[in-house]
Amino acid sequence: MAPILTHTDKGIYCAAGDFWIDPWRPVPRALITHGHADHARPGMGAYLATHAALPVLRHRLGEIDAEGISYGETRRIGAASVSFHPAGHVPGSAQIRVEVAGEVWVVSGDYKVEPDGLSEPFEPVRCHHFITECTFGLPVFRWQPQATVMAQVNDWWRANASAGTVSMLGAYSLGKAQRLIANIDAAIGPILTHGAVEATNAVLRAQGYDLPDTIHWTSDAGKPPRDALVIAPPGALDGQWARAFGTRSTAFASGWMGVRGIRRRRAGDRGFVISDHADWPGLLSAIRDTGAENVYPTHGYTDIFARYLSSELGLNAQVWEAEYGGDDAEEVDAA
Amino acid sequence: MKDFARLFSRIDETNKTTAKTAALADYFRTAPDDDKLWTVALFSGRRPKRAVTTTQLREWAAEVAGIPLWLFEEAYPVVGDLSETIALVLPRATSSSDHSLTHWITTLKRLQEVEIDARRAAILSAWDGLETTERFVFNKLLTGGFRMGVSQKLMTRALAQATGQEETDLAHRLMGDWTPETTTFHDLIEADDPAAAGSRPYPFYLAYALEGEPQDLGSPSDWQAEWKWDGIRGQLIVRDRQVHVWSRGEELVTDRYPEFAAAADWLPDGTVLDGEILAWNDGPLPFNALQKRIGRKSVSKKMLVEIPVVLAAYDLLEWQGADLREVPMADRRAQLGALIAPLPDDAPLRLPPLLPFDTWEALADTRATARDHAAEGVMLKSRAGTYQVGRRKGDWWKWKLDPLTIDAVMIYAQAGSGRRANLFTDFTFAVRDGDALVPFTKAYSGLTDAEFREITAWVRKNTLQRFGPVRQVTPHHVFEIAFEGIQASTRHKSGVALRFPRMARWRKDKPLAEANTLDDLNEMLRVYG
Repeated sequence: MAPILTHTDKGIYCAAGDFWIDPWRPVPRALITHGHADHARPGMGAYLATHAALPVLRHRLGEIDAEGISYGETRRIGAASVSFHPAGHVPGSAQIRVEVAGEVWVVSGDYKVEPDGLSEPFEPVRCHHFITECTFGLPVFRWQPQATVMAQVNDWWRANASAGTVSMLGAYSLGKAQRLIANIDAAIGPILTHGAVEATNAVLRAQGYDLPDTIHWTSDAGKPPRDALVIAPPGALDGQWARAFGTRSTAFASGWMGVRGIRRRRAGDRGFVISDHADWPGLLSAIRDTGAENVYPTHGYTDIFARYLSSELGLNAQVWEAEYGGDDAEEVDAA
Repeated sequence: MKDFARLFSRIDETNKTTAKTAALADYFRTAPDDDKLWTVALFSGRRPKRAVTTTQLREWAAEVAGIPLWLFEEAYPVVGDLSETIALVLPRATSSSDHSLTHWITTLKRLQEVEIDARRAAILSAWDGLETTERFVFNKLLTGGFRMGVSQKLMTRALAQATGQEETDLAHRLMGDWTPETTTFHDLIEADDPAAAGSRPYPFYLAYALEGEPQDLGSPSDWQAEWKWDGIRGQLIVRDRQVHVWSRGEELVTDRYPEFAAAADWLPDGTVLDGEILAWNDGPLPFNALQKRIGRKSVSKKMLVEIPVVLAAYDLLEWQGADLREVPMADRRAQLGALIAPLPDDAPLRLPPLLPFDTWEALADTRATARDHAAEGVMLKSRAGTYQVGRRKGDWWKWKLDPLTIDAVMIYAQAGSGRRANLFTDFTFAVRDGDALVPFTKAYSGLTDAEFREITAWVRKNTLQRFGPVRQVTPHHVFEIAFEGIQASTRHKSGVALRFPRMARWRKDKPLAEANTLDDLNEMLRVYG
């Protein structure tokens, strides 16, 4: 009998239900874990995603034939039962559970196990087969608690504000940016945003996610307040838009900032180690909690991670080839 | 250690030299004397002896982290730094301590006197009491690879800011074979040092590369031409019977080139020469010979015999104690000739010839033979020009030969380390030999950041095989490799060694079949080697 989920040149495929999960080429029916561009691509015949993920999907992909599903709700597609479960990655993100004839597979999408105060917190799902991301699947990646890192961000902002230096923080415009905004000490000063971030803020606020006030800052807005924190996509921090802020301190927020070489290459003043992906202990605990004996690392240090899972943990682990991701810079910025 | 770790973070968080210097100067203003002394020692290449091997450190770190050693080894190239890899894999500290830098260095020195089990226990307990950055710094002390982006020069400048002393005077104080055990901060830095003033160099005058044609410079008779040597720019000072040698970047390197001590026998006090330090044995040796001398602070007898150095002196900046920099070049040169030409061969000084030429065309012909003279091209200097400060246009020009180039196929890729970790930046290139590809050089530089990102994404998708951190990739991309020289070499499989190879262009327009061949490479070796 063929496995319930198989690897195809279009993505993860379920023959029993004739659908794909996070496909990278147009297919008739796509189940989408979350709205990031490497998971939710244009051109699918029909989309299925959580109700919480749909507004962002529509915002990014325009007119699509899309349907929403609640977390935990089971839906029958062909011979498969599917349900979506919180992945804790970004608001609306999900792991997708697929059950056929009593055998359960889970596709993790991207996930983190630490609650971030904004995204629906990660829930482990028991399964027999687990396709897991492993962006940070090396033991050198160990995150500090969110509160510790946010205190560092607050200290940096406060010190800049009192020196009259604008604080500019580069963060991916869906997820990371809102997580930072939701957790920062908004009493320090005004929070200004780049258009790309503000657009996502608006979508999420309309859904009922609670974010403090932010000011969409355009280049014709005059002189920016010196005690401001500016949140923008990392790419915008090198450009014309950023230069208008005058004297400024530039920082990036990403899991990759934990590695000095990468932090230095990014050439900001600071790098805050805060990721929407699971760190090494997080990956291991998530895998353990699924109870799965068959684990398929995908996207990340797959070879090394699979070897560890088989040789040290005795799991049946095989790399799940995927065509995720863009260039290095994009990964550094997003993760 | 917290203060020192904070200093490290401040230095590490910025790419601006002024900010690094300011952070270090702040530290020199506030730290206790013995910590300051150790900081000066560390940043001038003096460090405690290694008490443990890096193999032991890897094994212990993996053990404490509860991971197999192979996994540690896989993570290392991703991080690109052993001390950092260890700091990152260890579990969070369970205790906290704040001992001084000097305390930790003293602890490390004591390790050498105890058994290996006690060393292990001491290091594990240290790891457990330090947070990540402190651990990283501690590991750097332990492994001795202490650089952190601070050169001796930058450290000296910070010390100058903190103490109000002249930078060159401090550079002189920091010379020699002192260690923190044999001196104090006061004796080393603050006590009177009458000899320091005598060592002061003049700022170097640096040439720009000639843009366009020499015809634009006017009449050939207004110019003198010399070979452009491929060595290290150096200034030799004889004052008060002492010899001082400064390299460009105003680093005092007297100790590295003991040959020049004898210069005092031949030159009177109040003499300052500008020239090129060259490895020389009856003639200039190739640059890779000199390279063996450059990094070394202590030089073996064997090396002094095999790779002796001389100063090819091309300018006279001070004579009989008088500053000659406002004197025209032609007159300085005449005085220099009168001083150096009569010296015997056992003096470590040479007077490089002026190249005769009546027309620019004639000089172009001479320049074309530069590689035969171990030179990179010619220098043009205005006969009426003064000796200026820093890099200035007008009176001095470098007229270098164009680099040699060859179109080669990329066959292996390796991630860089440090700032370039996680990007593929180190490549091996091959030439064609029938259907085979013969590797002949590596190259690391020349591409833009965007190109490095692009090729990194490509390498990930086109890996054929992995050998540890090295990936064999599909032979597809052709790069134009530029280099300054080619020599036969028994150390390289291809039989050639290139001087300063770099990626001049990514030839996306060229298919694999149009890359150069082994025959082309051998022909270059025949002509230019």
